[in-house]
Amino acid sequence: MMMKQNLDLIEGPKTRLSMHPKKFALWLFIGSVVMMFAAFTSAFIVRRAEGNWMDFEIPDIFWLNTGIVLLSSGTMHWAFTAAKRDDLETIKLALGITIILGFAFLTGQYISWGHLVDANVFFVGNPAGSFLYVLTGLHGFHIVTGITFLVVVLLNSIRYNVHAKNLVQIEMCTTYWHFLSGLWLYLFIFLLLNH
Amino acid sequence: MEAIDIKSREGEIHHGDYEQMEHHHESFLTKYIFSTDHKTISKQFLISGIFWALIGGSLSIVFRLQLGFPDLNLQWLQPVLGGWITETGKLDTEFYLAMVTMHGTIMVFFVLTAGLSGTFSNFLIPLQIGARDMASGFLNMLSYWFFFASSVVMLTSLFIETGPASGGWVIYPPLSALPQAMSGSGLGMTLWLVSMALFIISSLLGSINYITTVINLRTEGLSMTRVPLTIWAFFLTAVIGVLAFPVLFSAALLLIFDRSFGTSFFLSEIYIAGEALPNVGGSAILFQHLFWFLGHPEVYIVLLPALGITSEIIATNSRKPIFGYRAMIGSLLGITILSFVVWAHHMFITGMSPFLGTIFMFLTLIIAVPSAVKVFNYLTTLWKGNIIFTPAMLFSIGLVSFFISGGITGIYLGNTAIDIQLHDTYFIVAHFHIVMGSASFFGMVAGIYHWFPKMFGRMMDAKLGYIHFWVSFVGVYMVFFPMHYIGMAGFPRRYYSFTNFDAFSGFTDMNMMISTAAIITFGAQLLFVFNFFYSIFKGRKATANPWGSNTLEWTAPIKPGHGNWPGKIPLVYRWPYDYSKPGAKEDFIPQNVPFSQTPESNLPHEKDPEETPGDEGAIVLDEAKE
Repeated sequence: MMMKQNLDLIEGPKTRLSMHPKKFALWLFIGSVVMMFAAFTSAFIVRRAEGNWMDFEIPDIFWLNTGIVLLSSGTMHWAFTAAKRDDLETIKLALGITIILGFAFLTGQYISWGHLVDANVFFVGNPAGSFLYVLTGLHGFHIVTGITFLVVVLLNSIRYNVHAKNLVQIEMCTTYWHFLSGLWLYLFIFLLLNH
Repeated sequence: MEAIDIKSREGEIHHGDYEQMEHHHESFLTKYIFSTDHKTISKQFLISGIFWALIGGSLSIVFRLQLGFPDLNLQWLQPVLGGWITETGKLDTEFYLAMVTMHGTIMVFFVLTAGLSGTFSNFLIPLQIGARDMASGFLNMLSYWFFFASSVVMLTSLFIETGPASGGWVIYPPLSALPQAMSGSGLGMTLWLVSMALFIISSLLGSINYITTVINLRTEGLSMTRVPLTIWAFFLTAVIGVLAFPVLFSAALLLIFDRSFGTSFFLSEIYIAGEALPNVGGSAILFQHLFWFLGHPEVYIVLLPALGITSEIIATNSRKPIFGYRAMIGSLLGITILSFVVWAHHMFITGMSPFLGTIFMFLTLIIAVPSAVKVFNYLTTLWKGNIIFTPAMLFSIGLVSFFISGGITGIYLGNTAIDIQLHDTYFIVAHFHIVMGSASFFGMVAGIYHWFPKMFGRMMDAKLGYIHFWVSFVGVYMVFFPMHYIGMAGFPRRYYSFTNFDAFSGFTDMNMMISTAAIITFGAQLLFVFNFFYSIFKGRKATANPWGSNTLEWTAPIKPGHGNWPGKIPLVYRWPYDYSKPGAKEDFIPQNVPFSQTPESNLPHEKDPEETPGDEGAIVLDEAKE
């Protein structure tokens, strides 16, 4: 078949999405997490509009936690750029800091629950408070999954498996972690506006 | 078909994990149980789906017996149902509700979501887009085993002492939230929620995989405007699943908190036996919003794959291109988008603002437009075609019939004013059983008849298929058409018995007729199950392309192995609907045949512009002219 070359030119491939399938799947997963939180926050708004709603103060520690999670996003990005530069030591350092900051955030969220209880906002009681616990708790659960992912990447980087030619995993981890920070930022602003 | 091999070439981007998946030793366990091969997983879904369909169907037969023959002595069911049959041979009233609930849950989720999408998305997506397997075989396997775990939990709930969930498949609180409300709201409801949580995880894993595979792993030349309509339907079904199921998860999670932790998301100011519950401030309507935001798209999760399968089968067996290929894609997209903005039409009588109701009515009625486009295109594809009435074709035509007759009643129900009268009557039952239940079921069965040769390398028996079709088709109308009248007469659904009310005693004979028809229809399904399992082992051996079809799966070996194509993946040069093309030698031209091989039938714009004179193709062109 002589014209095969020819044919490829004319009837050849139409471009497909060149994104790595796993990265693409991660984005779809993020989409479904977004839908879940969209459901909760819209339920929050709908329920609030119906009245009999307890007003509560946002614990001040949320500001600190927001700072921590944004900082961790920064260190995560630092790890990623280090991986792109093949700076293997920095990857481990930056990932380690990110994990510590992740735990710090979780601790902060836990303390904030204590503050809420002190302010008589309980999980069982007016749905206003229950929603607050559900939103923070579910986000916290996702942070736990994010930290797990970070640990996996850290272990891989200790085995020298994370470098400029093997970026997929750390890139996915970065995407997920940034998403979780962004999600918290959204929840925090949402609560500031709607508490 | 040697030409295929010559024309084929390994794709560059999409063979990702291919090296790892070939030629490794397989034990029984990795080949048939914990398999990551999409074909095995699809068969696992299919057989689980058939199992569930039999259970769901039997439940409906038992409660149809109760409705049609209220005086019947059901003592003979005692060995199976045990304590649910009372001393006097009557069905326990609460168990009646449990059966209705489980029938709905099983049919909607386990049969028509997992059994339909799980089977055909898994089986057809890689084969029709020319991929070695799904994007992630491991996640695919997880998807099935989460579904299996979910099935085990749901099945267990059927056998516990307090009975399975009984508050209807929509599990509205407070009925479902308070264990005191009815015996089924105890452990049964807990198991229901656990099972559904597992099911949602399974469904998300599956959907994410389907979307990724369709987007990333299509073979060269297969643009989104050249993929078969089945792929479009599976793709959009998965998109709906990814967006809708998390919302059901949210609703279920809040319900779990209400049930087990004492929160009040959906509960407010309730007295039970004169005692006030502590829950204050919840909103039961909120649950309905969250539930139907999934619940309505779920209808299309069930229906779209069936519509896609039908498009493919009708075009193949009419030996004609599908009429309005782009319009079919457009209508699928339209249905997908609209499915997310109509959920409140399930809630017209919850006291929602009439203005809001009008908006939802308007949006609901708009869905009639893309639906009508689809029906029109099916009929025009059939029009003047060389129709071959295979069992699959008959079932597809049956689907179109149900889609019309059930869709028309949807227009009535979508109107807020009429819905006040018809809400929660048998009219609703008739409507959704025809348009969603039977239509999707027919689509699924059509798909099984059509792709059985590809799945098992053998043909199903056509004669049994014809009997199966005619009994089912007439049976479905005999069962559900009279229900419209019963509904208009005001019979509410989910009632244990009508003979206790003077107003409803007039239709006893009609209920009897419905029940008889239901039993006969169910009997025909047993014939199908026999045909299915018998043909797996003893069916006539299939040829490579038994229906003369254009899509890529028929270019694979009769029983495709791991990786689907032994050599290189076929390239795609044309759309999948070149049937009966004027001038062509045969009445079908598979997608992997280049235009240069079919100069006699190419349309002006399909000619090879860069072909130089003296080329091989040009010579053929001259011969064709002579």
